[in-house]
Amino acid sequence: MKIMAKQKNILPGFNLSLGYTLLYLSLIVLIPLSAAFIKTTELSFNEFWTVITAPRVVASYKLTFGASLIGALINAVFGLLTAWVLVRYHFFGKKVIDALVDLPFALPTAVAGIALTAVYASNGWIGSWLEPLGIKVAFTPIGVIVALTFIGLPFVVRTVQPVLQDLEAETEEAAASLGANRWQTFTKIIFPAIWPALLTGFALAFARAIGEYGSVIFIAGNVPFVSEITPLIIITKLEQYEYAQATAVAVVMLVISFLLLFAINGLQWWFNRRNTASH
Amino acid sequence: MTIQTVSPQAVSQYSKYNAKVARSRATSEPIWVRWLLTFIVLLFLSIFLIVPLAAVFTEALRKGFDTYITALSDPDALSSIKLTLIAAAIAVPLNLVFGVAAAWAIAKFEFKGKSILITLIDLPFAVSPVIAGLIYVLIFGLQGWVGSSLIDHDVKVIFAIPGIVLATVFVTFPFVARELIPLMQAQGKDEEEAGLVLGASGWQILWRITLPNVKWGLLYGVILTNARAMGEFGAVSVVSGHIRGMTNTMPLHVEILYNEYNYAAAFAVASLLALLALVTLMLKSFVEWQVARNAASNESA
Repeated sequence: MKIMAKQKNILPGFNLSLGYTLLYLSLIVLIPLSAAFIKTTELSFNEFWTVITAPRVVASYKLTFGASLIGALINAVFGLLTAWVLVRYHFFGKKVIDALVDLPFALPTAVAGIALTAVYASNGWIGSWLEPLGIKVAFTPIGVIVALTFIGLPFVVRTVQPVLQDLEAETEEAAASLGANRWQTFTKIIFPAIWPALLTGFALAFARAIGEYGSVIFIAGNVPFVSEITPLIIITKLEQYEYAQATAVAVVMLVISFLLLFAINGLQWWFNRRNTASH
Repeated sequence: MTIQTVSPQAVSQYSKYNAKVARSRATSEPIWVRWLLTFIVLLFLSIFLIVPLAAVFTEALRKGFDTYITALSDPDALSSIKLTLIAAAIAVPLNLVFGVAAAWAIAKFEFKGKSILITLIDLPFAVSPVIAGLIYVLIFGLQGWVGSSLIDHDVKVIFAIPGIVLATVFVTFPFVARELIPLMQAQGKDEEEAGLVLGASGWQILWRITLPNVKWGLLYGVILTNARAMGEFGAVSVVSGHIRGMTNTMPLHVEILYNEYNYAAAFAVASLLALLALVTLMLKSFVEWQVARNAASNESA
């Protein structure tokens, strides 16, 4: 393909398709996003800084990033296990379970939010079991973690699963014939092959969790300084017509999200190169 | 952020491994480990996925089937269903056309800045839905860039249907393009060039060669776009203004009913959205199965 690219391309429609792509991209995405950055120039740097470092806002960053991190870690562990079980083992109903893993992508976040709240409230199916143990989930920061775990659940499974499937059985057989036990084979042979995928899945789950709104606000309780996420701060400021302040907080989130996006693209690029090099 | 699904092509590629993997004792775990791991995974998926899903339907039907039907035939519920369908009916075709155009330019041609363009197409996945709504308020809102001239011409975008459609288009922007770009890159352009040599026009090539070749990937992208379009909450919530019977989509209607402690009705509308999610998952599995089957028949041929 690389060699073909050097030849003169005879297919039509390049100008039209690229022109339309750039126009549509600019109108829908780039110009509106730039509006956020331009709006913040209404604030002086000091005002901007005061808004984005206000104690209530800082508390929301801590909750949003902390809960997203914990959710993504839970997903890294259980997502890896899920991918492993789905690829390696056979059990009744596996195909249905495999399809259901994508539920958080398909289920509207508001529905997920009220469903999780109903289940984890103190009178809910799971909440009523946890209540006697002294664990309150709904309307606490733990509820935020539960919602963010739900929303990021498919990412690790779906990035690790194809890599596990693609592993050659021969390398494991070789390890076994050389005297490695299963645990050694896993840590020395399998894990080094899948960890870039695991890291990518973790980063995707984390990035998705940071911006999440719908599934969190129902279960969080939204108490300032305790269970109020950053996207909700933006909404609250908007409802008070504090557009410049809302936008300032939004810009902080945008910058972090963009950095994460570039990091993830870099990871995926590195990971693809590593994969093609090993074949 | 990114909806990272295993593309149907990837599934087909790997399905052959499933068939041939018959593991010996040396490369599998003792039976108790297998049972334990399977049990842990099923427990994890139960408490995070299956129980909440079951709760939606149980809560919806808790007060009986009549209440359920009444909740769904409420005029506000019906108008929210209608608005959700309208938003999806506009957003899906727009992003479909964009996805095909972007994939054609990126997959069939070489140009500078291509990888930047691919990253920019992914941007909407990296943006919080709340911010997706906010940026349109900044442009079309009362104090926005074009807000005052909109008022002069008596056009409402924010707190009206156009704003809801725009926000929906934004959050579903990359799905079709992301699905088509790798697929069309992998297919190369030999067939299109052959068509051109035989005298086909550009549109004929698109309709007769390229689109039939990517039809399952296209369908896959459309299914994902539609599911997100109908279910979007955060972005739409910012631009809608929550006017009952006017600018409420189904997810927003669920929120209003829930906040009014009308749980049965909230879960009734939510159950429709959950059904939509289940249909989406089934269609997705069907497309993956089709692609795997096609790949298998290509291999044996």
